[in-house]
Amino acid sequence: MTHLPYVAASYGLALLVGVAFAADAWLRMRRAARRLEAIDPRGDPRRNRKRAG
Amino acid sequence: MSTSPAISPASGRSLHRFANPGRFLRLSARVLPFLAVPALLLTLGGLAWGLFVAPADYQQGDAMRIIYIHVPAAWLASGGYLGLAICALLSLVWRHPLADLAAVEIGPVGAAFTALCLATGSLWGKPMWGAWWVWDARLTSVLVLFFLYLGHIALVRAFDEPERGYRAGAILALVGVVNLPIIKFSVDWWNTLHQPSTLTVTGAPSMHVDMLWPLLTCILGFSLGFAAVVTARLRAAVMERRIRGLLLAQAQGI
Repeated sequence: MTHLPYVAASYGLALLVGVAFAADAWLRMRRAARRLEAIDPRGDPRRNRKRAG
Repeated sequence: MSTSPAISPASGRSLHRFANPGRFLRLSARVLPFLAVPALLLTLGGLAWGLFVAPADYQQGDAMRIIYIHVPAAWLASGGYLGLAICALLSLVWRHPLADLAAVEIGPVGAAFTALCLATGSLWGKPMWGAWWVWDARLTSVLVLFFLYLGHIALVRAFDEPERGYRAGAILALVGVVNLPIIKFSVDWWNTLHQPSTLTVTGAPSMHVDMLWPLLTCILGFSLGFAAVVTARLRAAVMERRIRGLLLAQAQGI
């Protein structure tokens, strides 16, 4: 493959950006859901519906 | 004599259907898997297709494979900013409560994709042009877009009163929209080192179909990924706002 370092760096950067933002969003969402569940008696509406069901 | 408002309140009413945080959380929980799973499959599939299956360019060799990241990133840099501007409009005109939060969450993701576009452009430019960077109209206008994103990120966090930050950010987002047609048409209006648009709405694509399909797959995958990340961040932001409100209410003994 020609220009391998440039191609590899581009794909590596793309994966880094994608994984970093996805992981950050998922962790932030999970942390917020747990915290909300702990302090709000109504909690996360989705979890409440599952419990009620 | 009666006058009718330029923007009817009824037109904003339907937008407020999704302003209820509980409704948004329920809806987004259902939508998120349908964004995230296809995004992952299409992005990984498209990148593998572009990297291992699609042919190399007869002039540029394998360096052309950078297109499968560079073009989707460029598309999302501009598309993300357009989303930011739409949120700004929803906030300023209809006072949509989720629009401000959405704008705050779009900003860093859009800035990251703009940075990715600039970085991959630089990595493509070095072997093809012999330079990491040139002050070309396309490159410079995308750099301005990156600074607009950074300005928006800084501005919405610069005030003690969040509402003032949201309003200032919304105005910046709307003013910055003027840069989007400049980016789009910069390769037509000026003599640039950057190549003309590969994909156009009206004309035929200027690339072989064996390269076009993986590119379109990557664009779709990246776009769904962008939407999934913004939706997840917005869900987190809505829950964090509710947490702050509850803690404040508890502290005030309500």
